[in-house]
Amino acid sequence: MGEIRFMKGNEALAEAAIRAGMQGYFGYPITPQSEVIEYLAAEEPNHDYTLIQAESEVASINMVYGGAAAGARVMTTTSSPGYSLMQEGVSYIACAELPCVVANIARGGPGLGTIQAGQGDYFQAVKGGGHGDYRQIVLAPNSVQEMVDHTILAFELADKYRTPVLILSDGAIGQMMEKVELPDPIPYKPNKPWATTGKTHDRERNYITSLYIQSDDMERKNISLQKKFRKIEEKEVRFEEYMIEDAELIITAYGVTSRTSKKIVDLAREAGIKLGLHRPITLWPFPSERIIELASDDKVKAFFSIEMSAGQMVEDVKLAVNGRKPTFFYGRTGGIIPTPEEVIDFIQKKAGEL
Amino acid sequence: MREGYEVIYQKPKTLTDNKMHYCPGCIHGIMHKIFMEVVEEMDIQEKTVGVCPVGCSVFAYDYMDVDMQEAAHGRAAAVATAIKRMLPDRMVFSYQGDGDLAAIGTAETLHACNRGENFLFIFINNGIYGMTGGQMAPTTLNGQKTTTSPLGRDKKSMGSPLKMTEMVTPLDGVAFAARVSGNNPANVRKAKRIFRKALEIQQQNIGTQFVEVVSNCPSGWKCTPVESMDWIVEQSIPYYPLGIFKEPGK
Amino acid sequence: MPAKGYVEILVDTCKGCGLCVANCPTQCLALKQDDTNVFGYHYSYMSDPDKCIACMNCAVMCPDSVITVYKKKS
Repeated sequence: MGEIRFMKGNEALAEAAIRAGMQGYFGYPITPQSEVIEYLAAEEPNHDYTLIQAESEVASINMVYGGAAAGARVMTTTSSPGYSLMQEGVSYIACAELPCVVANIARGGPGLGTIQAGQGDYFQAVKGGGHGDYRQIVLAPNSVQEMVDHTILAFELADKYRTPVLILSDGAIGQMMEKVELPDPIPYKPNKPWATTGKTHDRERNYITSLYIQSDDMERKNISLQKKFRKIEEKEVRFEEYMIEDAELIITAYGVTSRTSKKIVDLAREAGIKLGLHRPITLWPFPSERIIELASDDKVKAFFSIEMSAGQMVEDVKLAVNGRKPTFFYGRTGGIIPTPEEVIDFIQKKAGEL
Repeated sequence: MREGYEVIYQKPKTLTDNKMHYCPGCIHGIMHKIFMEVVEEMDIQEKTVGVCPVGCSVFAYDYMDVDMQEAAHGRAAAVATAIKRMLPDRMVFSYQGDGDLAAIGTAETLHACNRGENFLFIFINNGIYGMTGGQMAPTTLNGQKTTTSPLGRDKKSMGSPLKMTEMVTPLDGVAFAARVSGNNPANVRKAKRIFRKALEIQQQNIGTQFVEVVSNCPSGWKCTPVESMDWIVEQSIPYYPLGIFKEPGK
Repeated sequence: MPAKGYVEILVDTCKGCGLCVANCPTQCLALKQDDTNVFGYHYSYMSDPDKCIACMNCAVMCPDSVITVYKKKS
């Protein structure tokens, strides 16, 4: 059993990054994730990593690019408006196939928005955000423990597929305190022959680029990227389910709303409603196959996507359900977490109309 | 080779055999060559990592036979910062034009200099956006005509050209700042000595090295290469004086 | 008396920019006006080879590194 601590989500993420062997952290303070850079700054003298408080999120993500291409395990963290600023860089990183971890401790938007938790960055996270045909692995923790577990996993997946991995958390998970079990530090030995570490006499020069000016080169690159994305879709889908076996009505929820949704399921069950929860852990690749399976089950009558947005993940749920069953959306914005009572009212009302 | 003769000057082995895409007479080619000569003479090819910009020299990695990264427009300083921090014993340089370094990347440039990031900026200033077809740069001279200042740069609405070397010189983080040119053989030889000096300062780990090159753009300036060199003497250098602005111990 | 030096020019890589010609102190180089290379450039050549003093100015100024300079052994 690993070390047990009582930690804030953001600090747990930072501690996990240290234990994952992170070598470089580049970030810019923004609420509600500043504890990450603060924790790492305080811990820096005790470890081998380098930390830079950059001049902006734009600089941060490009430092991540440079550090990753130099062969190092690198990370940045931010919150929604900062993540918007990083989108160009993420597109470059995806095309140049550089492993890195980015965490978006999301808040409510659009615009400067609110510093309260939000899930309005789902589209940006899973549909691109930046320009061009790229995808990135998106992990959605819903507990402080998962802030730790997903950070470790994110570094592993990033290296495995040479891809940016986004941890899409939110201000609620980032700020809450829970008991966590921390893993022992992971011995990390980079093996990155493609990295720009200096051209030795036994190899050609390495160069990292996302520039393919000839059309056929660019298309070839895209085909190769898409092949990688299909492989990730095949291998890396993760989800969690609760009371799903006999469920007639299914909630889909991720992150903080998946926590309240468990409570909702419990309350509904007490009232005799056969409600279950499907919680995507990877938002990309999305658990579409599993949702198709559930939607094809005769006893399942409807889906309810519960979000802290104006309706984003529900689009992916609908794509998977593909008209097989009615799919409803209930959400709040502005940092307001839907209460179990209002969600159950909504579900009962809609279920009554079926 | 003829009998009784020996080679006294040839292309450095640290340049690849790829034919450069630059327009005829472009100083980029001269700077690529002399910088790679320095890398060869200092025997640091194995330790050198460069960053190329977005701009005409976006393909610099096709020519310089060292490990390189292609950065997003304006972000070469941030990229080079991280490379050097992750690999402190390597020799790191960014190679950027005036749009990249002095317009879209001004923040990254100044902050890297201010932190004293220990890498070499090679700043190619030709006062125009060459790759996109001759638009105004932040370094375009007052009165100079470009496709976006067709009547000449008007400082009232467009501001005066930025003197980047003068801007970074007072920053504590900067250990070495110089402005050179490639307009004649004497200045090219001087530029090469300056590059070497800058890299030697990098080995001492005492702060940022910033070398601006007053460059040309025969295509954008709409003149012959030889005329562009005269223009540098008559127009550019009076505004962008050459010399060492800051060096350790002085 | 043989020249102090001579240069070899990679004809098909030369872009005919003329910087070597303009910076040659003895005017021993010129652009070939009656011929072009495969890219259509009037390439540089030694029009007056006897005058070469192996000063290297041409090669130093060549943006495309097409010039190799040879000097007579002393």
